[in-house]
Amino acid sequence: MMISLYPKREFKFPIVAECINPEIFAGKKPEEIAELNVWEGNKQKTLGELFRIEETQKTNPSEGGAITIKGDVSKVKRIGAGMKSGEITIFGNVGMHLGEEMKGGKITVHGNVGGWAGSMMKGGTIEIHGNAGDYLGAPYRGSGEGIRGGKIVVYGNVGNDVGAYMRKGLIKIYGNAGQFVGFRMHNGTIYVQGNCGGRAGACMKDGTIIVGGFLEFVMPTFTVDSLKKKVKVEEGEVVEAPFYLFLGDLTENGRGKLYVSKEKNPHLTNYERLLK
Amino acid sequence: MELLIRNGFVYDPINDIDGEKMDIAVKDGKIVKKVNERKARKIDASGMIVMPGGVDIHSHIAGGKVNSGRLLRPEDHFRDYEPKTSITRSGVGYSIPSTFTTGYRYARMGYTTVMDPAMPPLEAKHTHEEFNDTPIIDKASYPLLGDWWFVLEYLREGKIEECARHVAWMITSTKGYAIKLVNPGGLEAWGFGHNVASLDDQVPYFCITPREIIRGLCKVNKLLNLPHTIHVHTNNLGKPGNYTTALETMKCVEDLADEGKPAIHITHCQFSAFKGDDWRTLESGAEDIANYVNAHSHLTMDMGQIIFTDTTTMTADGPFQFNLYQLSGNKWTNHDVETETSSGIVPFHYRRKSYVHAVQWSIGLELALLIKDPWKIFLTTDHPNAGPFIAYPKIIAWLMSKKAREKTMKKIHPRARSRSLLPSIDRELSFYEIAIMTRAGQAKALGLKTKGHLGVGADADIAIYNFNPETTDPSKKYKALRRAFKRTAYTIKDGTVVVKNGEVVKSAKGATIWLDVKTSEQVKVTEEMKRRFKEYWTVEYENYPVTEHYLEVSCPIVVKADV
Repeated sequence: MMISLYPKREFKFPIVAECINPEIFAGKKPEEIAELNVWEGNKQKTLGELFRIEETQKTNPSEGGAITIKGDVSKVKRIGAGMKSGEITIFGNVGMHLGEEMKGGKITVHGNVGGWAGSMMKGGTIEIHGNAGDYLGAPYRGSGEGIRGGKIVVYGNVGNDVGAYMRKGLIKIYGNAGQFVGFRMHNGTIYVQGNCGGRAGACMKDGTIIVGGFLEFVMPTFTVDSLKKKVKVEEGEVVEAPFYLFLGDLTENGRGKLYVSKEKNPHLTNYERLLK
Repeated sequence: MELLIRNGFVYDPINDIDGEKMDIAVKDGKIVKKVNERKARKIDASGMIVMPGGVDIHSHIAGGKVNSGRLLRPEDHFRDYEPKTSITRSGVGYSIPSTFTTGYRYARMGYTTVMDPAMPPLEAKHTHEEFNDTPIIDKASYPLLGDWWFVLEYLREGKIEECARHVAWMITSTKGYAIKLVNPGGLEAWGFGHNVASLDDQVPYFCITPREIIRGLCKVNKLLNLPHTIHVHTNNLGKPGNYTTALETMKCVEDLADEGKPAIHITHCQFSAFKGDDWRTLESGAEDIANYVNAHSHLTMDMGQIIFTDTTTMTADGPFQFNLYQLSGNKWTNHDVETETSSGIVPFHYRRKSYVHAVQWSIGLELALLIKDPWKIFLTTDHPNAGPFIAYPKIIAWLMSKKAREKTMKKIHPRARSRSLLPSIDRELSFYEIAIMTRAGQAKALGLKTKGHLGVGADADIAIYNFNPETTDPSKKYKALRRAFKRTAYTIKDGTVVVKNGEVVKSAKGATIWLDVKTSEQVKVTEEMKRRFKEYWTVEYENYPVTEHYLEVSCPIVVKADV
């Protein structure tokens, strides 16, 4: 069974709709789904008041339910929060906290995503075919609970603080990333194919950050270790190009690995002196 | 308004009532002998427990430190929030709830009087502002005087009477309730990057030792006839092997106690009862402390029981918080409050599977169960240092039910489990003893004459719990017990029903209790003191005292001092 949601109008106020979750929808008729509560601004509304809900038969039913959202939901927060299984596909832009604390299942977005996508997630996959905002895969403000598993793939650009406090899992970005990639990360892998803002890996304890494009500068608290011919991103994905390997962050006694492309970063050739 | 609570099982230890089925009459906010039965509102408490409103002797609920904690920990509030209702305001928890939520949550558990144990005098105004916004419960605060420059100087010169007059002035002008000492001497030393390691270490630049400070303030306390004793957070808190320091602290005022009256309150004793040389060899020192307490009558203490949860530690003990930060690597704040004290905050997660935390958990319960007299040890979590106050029902269940203890024991670190004394302790507390540990004993130790009991003339602060002690065995049905103590059937504050079936039905204002200490001659504020204020404080002397109009509901207690 598959449920399709169409926004009835252009939303003006922020909407909190953590009920858009395959497990909550499971076993419910469209009329029952329409009765689920959401907040629009400071007013409590039902899902049916904001969305047209249609039930469509899915040709190849996978495990768990599937939800498709067609239209702009960039004001809607917490879609798929805490989901454990199933699939959500969104054709349009999405708001903040997409897939927060998700444990399994898959979210695919054909559009742009707001901040905190995949925040504190433990498993599952988020695939974003547009750009993502700040704090991708980073915990809630003040919290140190970074993502503990799962995979986030972004084909566009992302904002600042990607994968802050990350503990496990994989974040792949095929566009550019902002500042503070992997801030305070403990483990896991972040791959940025494009360019990267400054301060990558600040305060990292462990884990791997791979920058395939231009990196403004390497933090002075990192030490150059060696030159590598190729780097493995994940099982079956290896980047074959020379990379500088830096270790840090030394202010935190960290042993994190920061790989930076040699080709795209001629300003780092100075470090080669130290390798001899 | 008149109120009649009928047929409840009444536990009122101060008046020696142990589960007797009787009626309680209330008129105009006080307990009375009888009321007009036809006119009075009747509450049917048959099959329920009726106790005086709970009293908490040590819980950080207001002030600069608590507020910094709130700012430091947005993630603490993230999952725990309460929407507003037509009666209550919205708010957030969890370990450092907002002021309104603090009041509501205490009232829901049947607590009506709560003491904030650490008020830097400089932040007295802030503390009282937060008190004004903490509804329902009555509250008071203890100014931190153990590292106060003037006190240290008077004590060094042996001027006990001058010191007493000065302390009287301080307590009255900060609207405080008791003398609080935190790591006496250590906080002043921390201002210079040092700490004191024993009772006989010297405080840098002051030529005075912690022993002299504790003894001096204990004498001051006696001269001023303050209702509570000195409230002491010991030196070396939170360090392995510190149980000897705790014992030393208790011993050092032995000779100052009047017959049968306590002279010192050791707070959150769990943190001061570590045996062993380092964290790996940490063991419980509860037995040694319990043996001492059982043989002496000059002290009271509270537990500071660990709860396995994510909480926020905050004390005025700056060096301790610094060590904790180094241990945990968490974010932290540390602060030097001018010439008065220091403070620090570190978020902390107590885990079952951690050896140290599991031992700490065991120490708290061992203390409560091995000390035979419940009038000497009170139930606290040192909120929020060892756990949030909303966990009190859990502790009550652990104390009343061996089964509940065993269930938690199964989940803790195996080495801690094998070393714990708990399996050898069969004691299960009765409701009478719980009533002492959670209200009567605390009220008595605080010298609150109208709180903690249901005798004629007492404040009509009453908690009614939906638990039938005749038909249900708390040691077996500990889950039902926990539920009952989590949300009262009724909480009555000053004769008004404020909570019904666990929901706040009326949000009243609670009073702020403070001491108006009358000395025989007025304290002279010398030019020298004013000059010092100008030189060392950011606040001018004229702006320093908290005036009474600052308190929305002021409840002064007049104390006549001997000086």
